[in-house]
Amino acid sequence: MNELLRTLLFLPRQASTIAEEIDTLHYFVIIMTMGGALLVTLVGGYFLFRYRRTAVQKHPERRMTGTTPAIWLEAVVVVGLFGMFIVWWVIGFWQFMAIRIPPENALEIYVTGKQWMWKFAYPQGANSISTLYVPAGRPVKLVLTSRDVIHSFFVPDFRLKQDVLPGRLTTLWFEAKEPGRHDIFCTEYCGVSHSTMRGEVIALSPEEYERWLQGKSPQPAVAGPVDMRPSSVTDYAPPEPVSMVRQGERAAAEHGCLRCHTLDGTPHLGPTFAGLYGTMVPLEAGGSVKVDEAYITESMMDPLARIHAGYQRIMPSYLGQIRPAETGAIIELMKSLRDVRPKPGASEPWGTVTVPETREGGQ
Amino acid sequence: MSQATIDADSRPNPLGVGADHPDYLRADSGLRSWLLTKDHKRIALMFYVGVILFLGLGGVFALVLRTELLTPEQTFIDANTYNQMFTLHGITMVWLFMIPAVPTVFGNFVLPIMLGAKDLAFPRINLASFYIYVLSAIILLGAMLAGGADTGWTFYVPYSTTSPTAVTWMGIGIFVNGISSIMTSVNFIVTTHTMRAKGLSWHRMPLFVWATYATSIIILFATPVLGMSLVLLALDHAFGLSLFNPRYGGDPVLFQHLFWFYSHPAVYIMILPSFGVISEVVCSFSHNQPASYRAIAYSSLGIAFIGFFTWGHHMFVAGLSEFDAGVFGALSMFVAIFSAIKVFTWVATLRGGSISFATPMLYFLWFLFLFVFGGMTGVAVATQSLDVHWHDTYFVVAHFHFIMVGGTLTSFLAAAHYWFPKMFGRLYDERVGLLTSVAVFIGFVFTFLPQFLLGNGGMPRRYFTYPERYQWLNVLSTGGAWLLGAGLLLALGNLLLALKWGKRAGPNPWGSRSFEWITASPPSKHNFEETPDIERSAYDYTLSEEVARERAKAR
Ligand code: HEM
Ligand SMILES: [Cu+2]
Repeated sequence: MNELLRTLLFLPRQASTIAEEIDTLHYFVIIMTMGGALLVTLVGGYFLFRYRRTAVQKHPERRMTGTTPAIWLEAVVVVGLFGMFIVWWVIGFWQFMAIRIPPENALEIYVTGKQWMWKFAYPQGANSISTLYVPAGRPVKLVLTSRDVIHSFFVPDFRLKQDVLPGRLTTLWFEAKEPGRHDIFCTEYCGVSHSTMRGEVIALSPEEYERWLQGKSPQPAVAGPVDMRPSSVTDYAPPEPVSMVRQGERAAAEHGCLRCHTLDGTPHLGPTFAGLYGTMVPLEAGGSVKVDEAYITESMMDPLARIHAGYQRIMPSYLGQIRPAETGAIIELMKSLRDVRPKPGASEPWGTVTVPETREGGQ
Repeated sequence: MSQATIDADSRPNPLGVGADHPDYLRADSGLRSWLLTKDHKRIALMFYVGVILFLGLGGVFALVLRTELLTPEQTFIDANTYNQMFTLHGITMVWLFMIPAVPTVFGNFVLPIMLGAKDLAFPRINLASFYIYVLSAIILLGAMLAGGADTGWTFYVPYSTTSPTAVTWMGIGIFVNGISSIMTSVNFIVTTHTMRAKGLSWHRMPLFVWATYATSIIILFATPVLGMSLVLLALDHAFGLSLFNPRYGGDPVLFQHLFWFYSHPAVYIMILPSFGVISEVVCSFSHNQPASYRAIAYSSLGIAFIGFFTWGHHMFVAGLSEFDAGVFGALSMFVAIFSAIKVFTWVATLRGGSISFATPMLYFLWFLFLFVFGGMTGVAVATQSLDVHWHDTYFVVAHFHFIMVGGTLTSFLAAAHYWFPKMFGRLYDERVGLLTSVAVFIGFVFTFLPQFLLGNGGMPRRYFTYPERYQWLNVLSTGGAWLLGAGLLLALGNLLLALKWGKRAGPNPWGSRSFEWITASPPSKHNFEETPDIERSAYDYTLSEEVARERAKAR
């Protein structure tokens, strides 16, 4: 029954401990809603037919102008309806409390939303971007905040959602029933790439999770589509020192540069980094400018100051958000890409460009 | 009671001696006589043209959006255009169509006539209200051209304060629009209080007047709050005032409280006038008095009142405390009850009536389904644990389109057909009317039913691209949208043709007892030859007009 209704109503998997219980209320509410609307419409339609003018002229006894309406009947129906609504409310509120109050022993993970990515920090020191690793069968509490605008953290498979606000910490808790992958969507409109602000939760068995925390299992063996987003290039901190260029790549991924800029010359929302350093670019306000350290830094800190002609004014400022060393590393990275030739169309303005990344869904 | 006294075929028109006076359309001629008119009926027609234009524009935006969503990836516009488009769609539909539509067009036209008045209390303010509406539309359209806005009609901060788009101008446009609605509503309130014909007590008034009156009260209390919040937002956006920007100690949730304190009541601003239309249509076509006049009249006031205390149900996951969420959830249930009372009363009115089944009545049937389903899903989303999953998904989109678009649009169309003979003195083609109405309904259901399922599946709203598994439902929805658009165009065409070629309507083609029908159709410039004297209620199908007049004279 559960499976049938779930499929009919297009509800996703019930992957958290609370999901099935919520769905049960859902079925009840939706069936009553559908039934109620149909019933009222059918009764109305029946009256339209039975009391239509021609019928009433044939059967004058049907006409009842001026008779007192059945007030008591209305009262009974209204009180009954109200009773039903209150039942929904009581159950709904009770479940809501359960969703909102995390158990004491929950594992804490910090989540930062940022245009247009999710960052996760684990108390044990590991980090990840867009992919949240959690142990299955243990309550996990997320502590969420945002770097810029309001986002909303939504995992349909868990039936859970929480707005992520700048300057505030909100919380969300869940317990994944078993290992598996689940979509994360951002559900509060947050700017041009709102619909690509997706990620996934990967629930691992507790042992796998331990191994992952220690950096031993970079590719956890969990069934599901492979995540190819650029932001997952570096999922956790590398143990040994790496070159500036590598660090730049990592910083660019981590700060979301690669959500709009590409490294290989493919066209995207912002100018590709390939072959950019050292060239002259036309400016929206007229004239042109040489892409050097100064212009790159300015573009990071005050992106709207001098806009590359043909691109939208969508880049957020990184002032105060990106460490000086990272700025340097990113510039190194761009220098290293000097000789990569942009692919045809890479310097075309936005608008001729497709916004990428949708994963295959529907497991 | 004898059959004869209630026979709806007798078409009383004792006061409608308009034959020797030219009707309001012909009373004066020349463009100036229109543009500077103080006649509420002409102003209503000018608003009519305006709201239809914006319904069309909003509709075009909607079709662009739906067409873009045919495929999971980009289809034919880019993300930035898409985001601006849904903002424009929302703003146009909400402030330039749904809020003004029924009150400014049909309220303006029939309210004074229903009260037996020559005009509204302040004819000049009425004309000013029209031009301010036009001004707001120009500002909004100008802002769209000058960079648009991509915040959605909800303008949530801090996105809106940091967005480089023309948010400030959008705010100003909506502020100006609010002035126009406040002016209209003051006019309605004063007119209802002071200009009722002799003998027209509160409990004899047509229910449409009650509905418009309740709406005007909400507008008067709620609109200034929106105005102020948008001014604050504009200050934040233009001068970095940071009332709402957390980076400088502001509070983004405060804005949501302010916004919904207006915008929740605003959804009732959109739907209450429609309730008035529906009450008129139901009583007129079933030739029956409402099953309970007071239930319908007072529940409007109830909705107006409780509507102010439920705004928090938009914020269950926005960082509201559990306790507050509980209170707002429970209060929301009460609003639903008032609406339920109305629905039952309408249906009960049909029982025992003598129903002529014309196009407005078919729209009433659609209204029943869409409104009840939309309303019940409202209760569903007010159930907190369920709303956690549904919030900001397509489920909510479907909910408010069912109730607002379903409710407002079907009743707007019902009104357009019902009062057509009154406004223009001609009859539209009934068969085409019924046919287009069916097309509108089927298109509507195909557009929005799949969206409930999309929301269940977890598809967030305001998404430009989406995972492939949502595609087929989106395709259904887009197909429905095109059908709906076609249906609306056909309905418009039918009415336009009838303007010129429709059969002449008598003063009271539907045999209604509501007071606007006792004058000529179309009415003369000053509505009545002699000020009417009322000795019956607006739905008294038992007391004949002659007897009522005799009694009034004897008084
Ligand atoms: C005349 C009737 C109604 C109208 C015109 C209406 C309109 C709307 C609109 C426009 C929204 C969406 C706002 C947005 O986020 O953009 C909305 C959401 C909502 N409505 Fe209604 N509504 C009506 C009746 C109801 C009723 C009777 C209830 C509850 C008992 C209700 C509960 C809700 C809730 C809880 C939401 C927020 C859902 C969410 O954002 O998660 N509505 N409604
Ligand atoms: Cu977001």
